Amino acid sequence: MSRRPGFVLLEDGARFDGDLCAADPPAVGEVVFNTAMSGYQEAVTDPSYAGQLITFTYPHVGNYGVSAQATESDRVHARAAIMRAAVNREDAPGAEGGWLDWLAGCGIPAITGVDTRALVRHIREQGAMRGGVFPAELSEEEARALVEAEPRMDGRDLAREVTPGEPIVLGPTGAAALDYVVDTVRELVGERPVFGICLGHQLLCRAVGLETFKLRFGHRGANHPVKDLQTGRIEITSQNHGFAVVGPDGETTIAGDEPVRWQTDFGTAELTHLNLYDRTVEGLTLRDVPGATVQYHPEAGPGPHDSLYLFDRFLDAIAAAA
Amino acid sequence: MPRRDDIHRILLLGSGPIVIGQAAEFDYSGTQACKVLREEGYEVVLVNSNPATIMTDPEFADATYVEPLLPGSVAQVIEKERPDALLPTLGGQTALNLARALHQDGTLKRHGVELIGADYEAIARAEDRDLFRAAMVGAGLRVPRSAIATSLEEAEAARDDIGLPIVVRPAFTLGGWGGGVAATPDEFRRVVRRGLSASPIGQVLLDESVLGWGEFELEVMRDRNDNVVIVCSIENIDPMGVHTGDSVCVAPQQTLTDRQYQVLRDQAIAAIRAVGVETGGSNVQFAVNPATDEVVVIEMNPRVSRSSALASKATGFPIAKIAARLAVGYALEEIDNDITRRTPASFEPTIDYAVVKWPRFAFEKFPGIDGELTTHMKSVGEVMAIGRTFQQAFAKAMRSRELDSLPRLEALDLDELLARAARPHAERFDVVLEALRRGAEVDELHRRTAIDPWFLRELAELAAAPGAPFAGRRTFKAVDTCAAEFEAETPYYYSSWERSGAGEVRRGERPSVVILGAGPNRIGQGIEFDYCCVHAAMEVRATGRDAVMVNCNPETVSTDYDTSHRLYFEPLTLEDVLGVIEVERPEGVVVTFGGQTPLKLAAGLAEAGAPLLGTSVDAIDLAEDRGRFGALLRELGLRAPPYATAHSVEEALARADDVGFPLLVRPSYVLGGRAMEIVYDHEGLRGYLAREAGVNGNGREIYLDRFLENAIEVDVDALCDGEAAWIGGVMQHVEEAGIHSGDSACVLPPHSLGGEMLDEIRAQTRAIALGLGVVGLLNVQFAVHGEELYVLEANPRASRTVPFVSKATGVPLARLACRIMLGARLADLDLPGERALGHVSVKEAVLPFDRFAGTDPLMGPEMRSTGEVMGIAPDFPTAFAKAQAAAGAQLPVAGTVFITVTDTDKPAASTIAAQFHDLGFRVVATRGTAQAISRMGVPVVTLNKIGEGSPHVVDWIERGDVDLVINTPMGTGARTDGYEIRSAAVSHGIPCITTLSGGSAAARAIGAAREGAAPEVLSLQEIHRRANGEAKPAPPRPAEVA
Repeated sequence: MSRRPGFVLLEDGARFDGDLCAADPPAVGEVVFNTAMSGYQEAVTDPSYAGQLITFTYPHVGNYGVSAQATESDRVHARAAIMRAAVNREDAPGAEGGWLDWLAGCGIPAITGVDTRALVRHIREQGAMRGGVFPAELSEEEARALVEAEPRMDGRDLAREVTPGEPIVLGPTGAAALDYVVDTVRELVGERPVFGICLGHQLLCRAVGLETFKLRFGHRGANHPVKDLQTGRIEITSQNHGFAVVGPDGETTIAGDEPVRWQTDFGTAELTHLNLYDRTVEGLTLRDVPGATVQYHPEAGPGPHDSLYLFDRFLDAIAAAA
Repeated sequence: MPRRDDIHRILLLGSGPIVIGQAAEFDYSGTQACKVLREEGYEVVLVNSNPATIMTDPEFADATYVEPLLPGSVAQVIEKERPDALLPTLGGQTALNLARALHQDGTLKRHGVELIGADYEAIARAEDRDLFRAAMVGAGLRVPRSAIATSLEEAEAARDDIGLPIVVRPAFTLGGWGGGVAATPDEFRRVVRRGLSASPIGQVLLDESVLGWGEFELEVMRDRNDNVVIVCSIENIDPMGVHTGDSVCVAPQQTLTDRQYQVLRDQAIAAIRAVGVETGGSNVQFAVNPATDEVVVIEMNPRVSRSSALASKATGFPIAKIAARLAVGYALEEIDNDITRRTPASFEPTIDYAVVKWPRFAFEKFPGIDGELTTHMKSVGEVMAIGRTFQQAFAKAMRSRELDSLPRLEALDLDELLARAARPHAERFDVVLEALRRGAEVDELHRRTAIDPWFLRELAELAAAPGAPFAGRRTFKAVDTCAAEFEAETPYYYSSWERSGAGEVRRGERPSVVILGAGPNRIGQGIEFDYCCVHAAMEVRATGRDAVMVNCNPETVSTDYDTSHRLYFEPLTLEDVLGVIEVERPEGVVVTFGGQTPLKLAAGLAEAGAPLLGTSVDAIDLAEDRGRFGALLRELGLRAPPYATAHSVEEALARADDVGFPLLVRPSYVLGGRAMEIVYDHEGLRGYLAREAGVNGNGREIYLDRFLENAIEVDVDALCDGEAAWIGGVMQHVEEAGIHSGDSACVLPPHSLGGEMLDEIRAQTRAIALGLGVVGLLNVQFAVHGEELYVLEANPRASRTVPFVSKATGVPLARLACRIMLGARLADLDLPGERALGHVSVKEAVLPFDRFAGTDPLMGPEMRSTGEVMGIAPDFPTAFAKAQAAAGAQLPVAGTVFITVTDTDKPAASTIAAQFHDLGFRVVATRGTAQAISRMGVPVVTLNKIGEGSPHVVDWIERGDVDLVINTPMGTGARTDGYEIRSAAVSHGIPCITTLSGGSAAARAIGAAREGAAPEVLSLQEIHRRANGEAKPAPPRPAEVA
């Protein structure tokens, strides 16, 4: 694949040069990062990356090509891939195509050779921000204008853009922007067993009357420790979200490892899962109606399988309700 | 669950001497454990026989026993110290085996000592082949299918279950001789028939072949609450078939899909649970068939390992430290991640760089050994490199190896290169790169080597443009366990080349001192130098400066991120080191503690304006340059053996007679006596020069020294501040001069030198120290020949005996030297007089002959030992016996001694024979030696030489009728009787002594051992306290402070 110079420009003016290696830019959106060391195809097809440009912190991306098995949805949701050392590798064992060919075929721009660590450190220090991938020929002023034209993340309805059916698992944006979905979920609670994942967790929480807030740095990786307060076990989880649920007393973090409770419109909710990195809420259960939620991705893909038990719990809840 | 309060005193076992397969990584893990357990308020009792370790420094434990790692000595320590618990998982296989033995013989139960970290059942399940297989199968995991057969019919029946190809191994043949891999039914029948007849019991082991499958390792940690995390994945670039210690490896894994990787992750977790390792780290090794996705579990180590040290250094996650905390009750979530200080240890590190580990071999030391790599580990050390890309890391690892000479491949054509690449060997990747450079296809190389094409493609790019990964600007990035997701507190850096120049070094305002480490462990340069570098770091810290370490050896304590203020994981080449100096702007650079590696850089660094501390580059040259040093000795009125320097074969032959035979010949630039030999005549010299032309090519100098036969060699370590010198210790070698000092046992204080001679040795050492202008450490080697003292060489740098002397005397020489280099005067150091020690210390070398079937297990001027042990006792014979036992050659107290020596050695051998006879030994000897012995009136049985027909001497050894061999060499090389005798002894684990002085010391040691119970065990702390109490200030010596 022929490469030509390009660059990443962030809304605060920070610029990182590299080589364009898939579809033609520009691509503009929120620039986020993912710290998993494998699972690049799963990441870009994960609906929770809709509207985002993913910076892969692991330098080598594309090592084992792509395959239908590794897609998480019907299409690529990320807007661009920002990488340090991307390869195509169409002939890897088990590959059905090359990574860069596939991105190009999906119309997704990508850039490699970028000092991704410097970029991630910049985002970590300054907070998540908008940005874009541009060809070198484009002036920084023009690029800046394109970035400015992109709406900010909080308040956008990306769920509508990505959702084929009933929303349970999705979206990078905050649930606050999705009042119409919240209403739907509210109608379901108490009628059917409900299990919310990621944005589904936020929607369900809002549906029962809890609040969400934007994290300074989203959780994006496959190595976050989450404690299951019911068993005391710690699971390593796959995460991708920028918002979290506010604790019972309005605090953003939970001090102890206790199953603290909220009073909701549907009775008592109890904390079940806690993030040990930043002690934010990772899951709760509704005690008076059949419902539970987690903020992370127990279905993995990419990521560890430690949390698959949650699906058994949900199936048990369905069986109990039937 | 918090810290356990029901235990107070914990016994920790080290791993003993550095041997192939068990190296400095256990000093690193043990040192971490000592620190952590003491921080937690426990008393630590440590047993380790290796004096070159940091962990045996008296300040790292409450009671440190430098004793043999044998059940008897450890039981003595247990009886004396009464520990509550034994932590066996941080001292390698040695500690684990010892713990098993102490459980089995009831010692632990008798004294109420609890095994923590891993219990006996878990150890047994991981170590016993059948129990392990059952545990894995029980957990739903697959292990390679296998069977045992005693007939062709049984083998054929098993064949269909196992599936071809099958590895056939005859039972009880040495090194698997007579086996093979069978891919077709015909081949299978042939190999089985051959195997059945080769096996003395007519039995073959049949194993499913996973040769060529991908090899992966996962480092797993588990806590008491059954939480499990994977610290790191490691992929061996060499596929299955090469021991992981000998493989070039990369972390994290590169070629598995996320789905495949998660399967391994699940299986690793299932494996640690099934084996039942309650807390701590384990290493689980998998073979993965890339074509079919099949996964089999190969093995699991229920303890920290070489791989866990690598994983710790690769990720910044300190496995040993955390394993020690888990063992005393903590859960992962209760332990902080040191690097981020804000996240718990119950997470999985993620990295944003590539790490390449490269083994370091020493085949050049063992002529006659082919460098083929198998499942039997042969490397003596390793290097690790970190880069932002695989190619950066790979190229950095290659240059970190510090090979004496790069493989010469120009003469090979492409076909030959491809054929050589197919066979795993030490130079495989040099060959692969050369083949790619010449245009070899990736597919072809993949077909020949089974190396994953991803690696081959990366290497093809590297071969085509070696400079490309290093385009852009050098910048230093941090290792932070989290791919920059959180801010890191502990500065641990690697260089990377990027388009932007965004560096991350937070230099601070304090002055810094850069300490250059010793690079990969190899023969001639081992852990002793790492010990010295760590001491330099401790001293620099103590003076309020920032200690900065540069090293590339992942096994070591020096590359632990909390040894220094800032750690740069970098190759020790001039360019890489100057890169560090550029960002550090140090007050000083220490080049004299890391052995030859940093010393070689001294001149280049000085030229580039780096502020070297201590002894000047000119003084180093003065000591190394024969002419200049000779002139200095003449000026000082000191005697040296006659010598000459030659630049050609002709000149060497011409000058040999001026010097006089026998000659010690060597190339001018040597490490560990590399290519050093003793020759007795012109013919021998000519042969040497022809053989070593490679070492000496291009007009490099050859040194010819008169070899002083039967001289006693003496080593002295001293401190000097340029104006005064202080003697740290005088050591007498047990073996006579001519055996490399690194391979010779030595005694402190000297056991047979008179007071006058010792005074002379001290005076000459001081004269040389001042004459050279040493500022820091100095080692001088002398030979006592008759009544004369000769100076052999002087090295103005840390020597390999520094840790031994420090342990023996209780004076930390390396730290004091560093203080002097930072400007202190000897007079300020408040040093004791040379001590009248109440004990004798013996250092003994450990040789790796058991690893290299086919090499002559003989000592000479070329160093071949990999490690050392120390024996401490009230008298020389007991200390010598302890050192022998610690080195794995426990001397028999009764039985048969076989003696065969050269003619010149016969009179002395007769005396030794008499000693053994008096001790109740049966003495057997070959004809000539037997005649000499019987003339002394000692009863002796005469044995046949090999040529005289069976039963000959080797038959005796193989039958187990000999308990001790004393054999002095009558020439080297294969096929001599001596060679056959020594090889037989080594392969049957019979102590084999190749010098007369060693034989005499052994006789005295056996005599002492027979006199009664084992002497009291004393900790270093007790010994040093006694020495301090008893130390009488030496009578004032005007020369002492000249």
